[in-house]
Amino acid sequence: MNDITEGGGKADGIITCDACPVLCRIRPEKTGACDRYGNSAGVLVRMDPLVVTQRAVDDKGAVVPFLEAAERWDGSLVRPDAPVFVTGIGATTTYPDYKPAPFIVASRHDGVDMVTVVSEGVFSYCGVKVKIDTDRYIGPEPAAVRVDGEQIGHVTTAEYGSQMLALGGVRHLTGGSKKEGTVTCAALLALCNKEAVEMTIDDGATIVVQAGKPPIINGVQEARMRVGCGSATLGIFAPQWHGHVDEVIVVDDHITGVLTEHQAGRFLDMPHAGIRVRGRKSTPGRYFQVAEPGSGWGGTDVKDPLTIVERIDTKTAWPGLRLLMVSTTGEDSAFFVLDDQLKPKPAAMPDPIRLVVDRIGENCEPALCTVLFMGGAGGSLRAGVTVNPVRLTRSIKHLRTRVTVGGAPVYVWPGGGITVMVDVTRLPDRAFGYVPTPALVAPIEFTLPYQDYVELGGYTDRMKRIEEVLQMPRAKPSAWRPDNPWPFDRSAALA
Amino acid sequence: MAGGPVAALLPDGRRLHLQHGPIDLVIEAFGAPDEIAAAYRQAVARFADILPTLVAELPALRTPLAEPRWQPEGPVARRMVAACWPYRDRLVTPMAAVAGAVADEMIAALVGGRTLSRAYVNNGGDIAIYLAPGEELRLGVVGDIDNPSIDTTARLTAALPIRGIATSGWSGRSFSLGIADAVTVLADDAAAADAAATMIANATAIDHPAIARAPASTIELDSDLGDRLVTVSVGALDARSIEEALGQGAAEADRLRRAGLVTGAVLVLKRRYRVVGTVPAALDNGGER
Repeated sequence: MNDITEGGGKADGIITCDACPVLCRIRPEKTGACDRYGNSAGVLVRMDPLVVTQRAVDDKGAVVPFLEAAERWDGSLVRPDAPVFVTGIGATTTYPDYKPAPFIVASRHDGVDMVTVVSEGVFSYCGVKVKIDTDRYIGPEPAAVRVDGEQIGHVTTAEYGSQMLALGGVRHLTGGSKKEGTVTCAALLALCNKEAVEMTIDDGATIVVQAGKPPIINGVQEARMRVGCGSATLGIFAPQWHGHVDEVIVVDDHITGVLTEHQAGRFLDMPHAGIRVRGRKSTPGRYFQVAEPGSGWGGTDVKDPLTIVERIDTKTAWPGLRLLMVSTTGEDSAFFVLDDQLKPKPAAMPDPIRLVVDRIGENCEPALCTVLFMGGAGGSLRAGVTVNPVRLTRSIKHLRTRVTVGGAPVYVWPGGGITVMVDVTRLPDRAFGYVPTPALVAPIEFTLPYQDYVELGGYTDRMKRIEEVLQMPRAKPSAWRPDNPWPFDRSAALA
Repeated sequence: MAGGPVAALLPDGRRLHLQHGPIDLVIEAFGAPDEIAAAYRQAVARFADILPTLVAELPALRTPLAEPRWQPEGPVARRMVAACWPYRDRLVTPMAAVAGAVADEMIAALVGGRTLSRAYVNNGGDIAIYLAPGEELRLGVVGDIDNPSIDTTARLTAALPIRGIATSGWSGRSFSLGIADAVTVLADDAAAADAAATMIANATAIDHPAIARAPASTIELDSDLGDRLVTVSVGALDARSIEEALGQGAAEADRLRRAGLVTGAVLVLKRRYRVVGTVPAALDNGGER
């Protein structure tokens, strides 16, 4: 697990820290002599350094190489003149938040005094939504998703080209058995910290999920996300096949497309080929359920594509008919020519057809797992920002206050509370932690104009200038991710 | 797990940051750029060995000093024993001077053979200073450890016999028997200042219902203070109690000054403070802030 190692000597809950030669023996919930490592429920936990990110810009505002002088020292340098944003990573928390947040940072950006309230929130209410780019069958909806036998969530409604999981949430974290909560918390922590987690789905697959990486389903790594459903694939590529082939069947677990029956084929004046596929016809040339879901062609259990052919109409088909069968990713394809008995015989795929099959693959996006952390910051965490918490909620809803998680932009759910979602790949590594509650600890920052902070009852007396924060020995510089909007930008704050 | 010493330049590009376990040093040297670079290299080279050598003698360093005088092997440990020896009748262990002794050892490594105008090694508030003749250093003074900000600045000139500054208080990293928020001591070197600050802070102990204490070992198992009661919180105090505590501390500071152990001291409690002995000009404006 993240930055956690088992310490030695468990008597009385005391552990021995092996982080440095001093070998402090640390009582439960205390820190060692350095204040960098502590005993959290018998586990040695690193009190992480405060991450200060910096946007490197030249005079014209372009991104310039960061930390170019860093080689001179083992550590790293922050250019003193570049704008700096303090993240909540390592800020530590004041849970249950009745004290002001650990860092209330004031800085001047574009002539406006901006205030960033930086904290690490303890999220008792949190979970992750996982999007897995695959058409392969991973299990029925809403099957239990398990780690080490404990249910950590379930399969939820499938979306475009993707299977979705809903994991964590308060019921699995604290509503079930202690082990269920612990396993759920560990799985969420690993997923949020961009580590791989293996899970099993009841009556379904064993999958390995890692943010920003291809999913591994039953031991097979997914490579591509389909270009579209079978019908859409025909719509995109039909004109390019025209003249080189007499029928194209795009095998897809959702909608299998048959070109000459499909609107795309009719549009090209292609004659019916008379090859009938199994399944339930939706509209002309579009068939549901041609096979069972599985890890074969196009998310079906098909290994031999001809098995989905129900019959070949002898009155319509003709000897020499050229048939292409292909999956929605182009990963599986076969070319057949009907013989004199109208039996499909495998044949070498002509180059013009191969070109378009390859083009399907080229147009598929890489299959990835996306992990969105979802947490509720609407509770006591707000009290660390202002004495009047509902004003913070309103300020966020009115887009005056910008919320970021480890500097990454978030989606704030409409409706009550401050429920945010963030793509964990946009955070620095190992930005998340946990407490034994069990609950996740996530960085969170609220950025707003100084005057607004005063008006909503902020702790202006606890404010630190950004220059002071940078002088703190535990301030750890890191490069700003150019794809994250800069929180101080007025336009970003109103986006 | 990462356990080795770490060296980095701080964001201003001028100060060197060295850290190893509980030792956290911020170092700055002033002079010609190549001399500064050479000094920093010397400091980094010397630093690697500091903590391992200390740890080798740690059990003895955590034992109260008593006759006959023990002579440790390690140079930092020797500085610790020397600085604490005057207080051997008070159940003190050499650990009372560890932060200052590390700072002294490191400033020696930093300036040795180099031509610098001035330099300092700040070990978590315990500071060793080097000043070439005629040079001076501006000091920022923090009154409230809980709410750190520069309350005032003072000029330390080379003519003053002060090369060490240390601060002790119950809310700092080390434990205190007393209740002073901060006792800042100026002395010949950082180890002497460190040991004296601990003693003066301990002297600010009074009994009051708003003061909570706990055995040191219940907070930090291996604390050299063992089961002695240390201050864990100080609530609201009446003016009379504040003056009583500050008065005890000031009397102790004056004893140490007359014994030649410190040059001066500033004691802060609940935004009131006392000044004892010689302190640089800006510090010496007395009374209530």
